[in-house]
Amino acid sequence: MSLHYEIRLSGAGGQGLILIGKVLAEAAAIYDNKNATQSQSYGPEARGGASRSEVIISDGDIDYPKATEVNLLLAMTQEAADKYSHDIKKDGVVIVDSSFVLKNPKGDFQVYSFPITQIAEEKVGKKVVANIVALGVIERVARVVSEEAVINAIRARVPKGTEEINIKAFKCGQSLV
Amino acid sequence: MGSRTYMMQGNLAVAEAAIDANCRFFAGYPITPSSEVAEHLSKRLPQVGGRFIQMEDEIAAMGAVIGASLGGVKSLTATSGPGYSLKQENIGYAYLTEVPVVIVNVMRGGPSTGLPTLPSQSDVMQAMWGTHGDHTAIALSPASVGESYDMTIRAFNLSEKFRMPVTLLLDEIIGHVYEKVSLPDPKDLHIVNRKKPTCPPDKYLPYAEDESLIPPMASFGDGYRYHVTGLVHDETGFPTNNPETIDKMLRRLHRKLDPYMSEIIEVEERETENAEIGIVTYGSSARASSSAMRAAREAGIKVGMLRLKTIWPFPTEAIFKFGQRVKSIIVPELNLGQIAHEVEQAIKGTVKVHKVNRINGEPFHPDEILNKIKECK
Repeated sequence: MSLHYEIRLSGAGGQGLILIGKVLAEAAAIYDNKNATQSQSYGPEARGGASRSEVIISDGDIDYPKATEVNLLLAMTQEAADKYSHDIKKDGVVIVDSSFVLKNPKGDFQVYSFPITQIAEEKVGKKVVANIVALGVIERVARVVSEEAVINAIRARVPKGTEEINIKAFKCGQSLV
Repeated sequence: MGSRTYMMQGNLAVAEAAIDANCRFFAGYPITPSSEVAEHLSKRLPQVGGRFIQMEDEIAAMGAVIGASLGGVKSLTATSGPGYSLKQENIGYAYLTEVPVVIVNVMRGGPSTGLPTLPSQSDVMQAMWGTHGDHTAIALSPASVGESYDMTIRAFNLSEKFRMPVTLLLDEIIGHVYEKVSLPDPKDLHIVNRKKPTCPPDKYLPYAEDESLIPPMASFGDGYRYHVTGLVHDETGFPTNNPETIDKMLRRLHRKLDPYMSEIIEVEERETENAEIGIVTYGSSARASSSAMRAAREAGIKVGMLRLKTIWPFPTEAIFKFGQRVKSIIVPELNLGQIAHEVEQAIKGTVKVHKVNRINGEPFHPDEILNKIKECK
């Protein structure tokens, strides 16, 4: 069976969802040598407002670069959890940040709930790496990109000098699952 | 996997292609969703001995690229709908003075400030008729990141060869989507440079008509002194009110691409041989259309697609022929039917044209197009 896996990363502007989308796509396409696309949707605000990033990983050509049947949804705000849980594939997965999502979405999918932002602050020491903690959770739950590829892509994409704290955040996320 | 394989967005592919096409000047005013073109070139151009300048507004940026090109340097500007509107006065100046420049318009929703971050294809008519007066135009529309690179090279080549502005019409999806691309070695690229005069400077007529319809162009500083004006001019470049001279000059401007249409117009045909339903589309809408076509074929419906890589000059002949072979044509586009109207004209009423339109800032879902295919069956 050929691989076609759709990931939707949703939350608010400033939570770093577009960055982790790029990391995932680059991990799959460059380091794991599959095919991938990453697209984004955001509002005119510099921060705040709804933000979403979609990654498609495939071993064939990708016609349409937006998600239509989501295998994995990450929701980092309540609004995102409510708004984007309608087109999850049967047996898909929803990961919510329970620091913000108090009411879990309901449907024919499995929900993983972790206080991602709180963990980033308490265990890694910086709230701003919550997106990378979430990336660790995604890597473990989805199993469509290799751990090594994600680490390589993180090192290539995060600002210079922040590589180690980001790797720490990624491993912290992995350990939650 | 080549050494130049990257995960890259369309806007970056445009910027890198500009460098590889030997563009060494960019002037612009940042505007979403095109800003990454300017941002990237602000870093890259100084590294290769080029110049980047952020101007006070869009029309000034257009003036700056025209000036740089007159100086002999391949030049680029990038903008989005509202900025493209502001540039139009000087785009007209470039048509009349026959100055090669490339303009990137990463389309967003309009009119006015519109929808800064959301996709649209509503500037396709503006790319033809945005400025006043009769003239011909070239506009290209890539549907992927890789094609954004290729078409930027091509836009420079066409603009150099035909001495005119060329518009590259991306939309927010193609500008921002990250895809895997393998870029060619710049040494392997076919690069066209403008034809220069070979006569002595005192014999140079910058707007003289010859068989090619494209006069050679001297760069400022080459020792060829000539006059450049937005007034209708004679072959020396000085203004004229002589009806015969005016008529000759403007008719040449209008028909200067006529002998070259087959070289300029590119379409991609997919599964058109036995198609009963035809899709005519372009840019990001072609991506949703491909997906819909695949699903329709799986359901046993014979769908074919004609994708417009060149929007202007309009591929009238290719569309007419396609219309002869199919029972109906569907035109999905992120506007209210700007190209569908041209398609109707091209097929001269031989088959029915069905529009699929979306203007709410969301991209097409392939199912919308699939549903229309099923309706037409």
